[in-house]
Amino acid sequence: MDERSHTDPPSGPALRIKALESILVEKGFVDPEAIDDLIDVVENRIGPRNGAQVVAHAWVDPDYKERLLEDGSAGIAELGLSVLQAEHLVVLENTPDVHNVVVCTLCSCYPWPVLGMQPSWYKSAAYRSRVVIEPRRVLAEFGLDVPDEVEVRVWDSNADIRYMVLPIRPKGTDGWTEDELVELVTRDSMIGTSIPHDRGLNLAEDT
Amino acid sequence: VNGIHDMGGMHGFGPVVREADEPAFHEDWERRTFAISVLAARAIEFPIDEHRHAIENLAPTVYLQAAYFERWLLGLQAVLEHRGVVTGAEVEERMAAIAAGVAT
Repeated sequence: MDERSHTDPPSGPALRIKALESILVEKGFVDPEAIDDLIDVVENRIGPRNGAQVVAHAWVDPDYKERLLEDGSAGIAELGLSVLQAEHLVVLENTPDVHNVVVCTLCSCYPWPVLGMQPSWYKSAAYRSRVVIEPRRVLAEFGLDVPDEVEVRVWDSNADIRYMVLPIRPKGTDGWTEDELVELVTRDSMIGTSIPHDRGLNLAEDT
Repeated sequence: VNGIHDMGGMHGFGPVVREADEPAFHEDWERRTFAISVLAARAIEFPIDEHRHAIENLAPTVYLQAAYFERWLLGLQAVLEHRGVVTGAEVEERMAAIAAGVAT
């Protein structure tokens, strides 16, 4: 984790945020209970499971899928998931001809209401710099070999638009329930650096 | 004008390193930096873009060496100073007092 190395003593950032918290609470800008509540939401109540529900529902309900691709934010709200960010969410559909992958080259914009907090690699200089110029090579490092005949589209997120990938429903899942399908949808398959678990094929996947 | 944050297409950063079963935050100061940044933005009514802009304005060497949430932390302090909510000296004093065990 070379990105985590720094020149301050280890207590540096811990001490600085403690000081800022102390001052902000003292001046009445921040309520300590609200800090704990927000941490709880982020650590326990949002995460890739939310996105997986959106994907599974789109797989079983073509009308929903159409609405979701038309307006991602509205489609997510329709499932009762909280849309905590004002930014517009766009859902990108993978097809046999097109594989989508998402990055934020400028910082680390991410659709966190549906995917939770970014993994470190998404925020890393290596991913941000490389996936836009050599996406196939980066995807191969993730264990995903995209066939030459499939077009790879890289989407650069920004302050106003966040992207999420709607992966292809794995073969052999006809008749599966929505709950069973949810289990196949991984975080990385919604970023585009992987595809959903496909039982029997043992495709590479890290989470 | 480009900045150090504009990383698309840059060379030389090596392979993408991944961590299995990564938690949302690695250390307590990271989760507190995240939450306090969000709550301070709401309370003081500064847009998230102001925070991002402050991060992008960090010195390039600081930007590259600091961990992700350290950039958030330094950006947050810059916004708070710019908005007149705190002064740099006030923060340094409080840090010293906390380190010395005379403040919490």
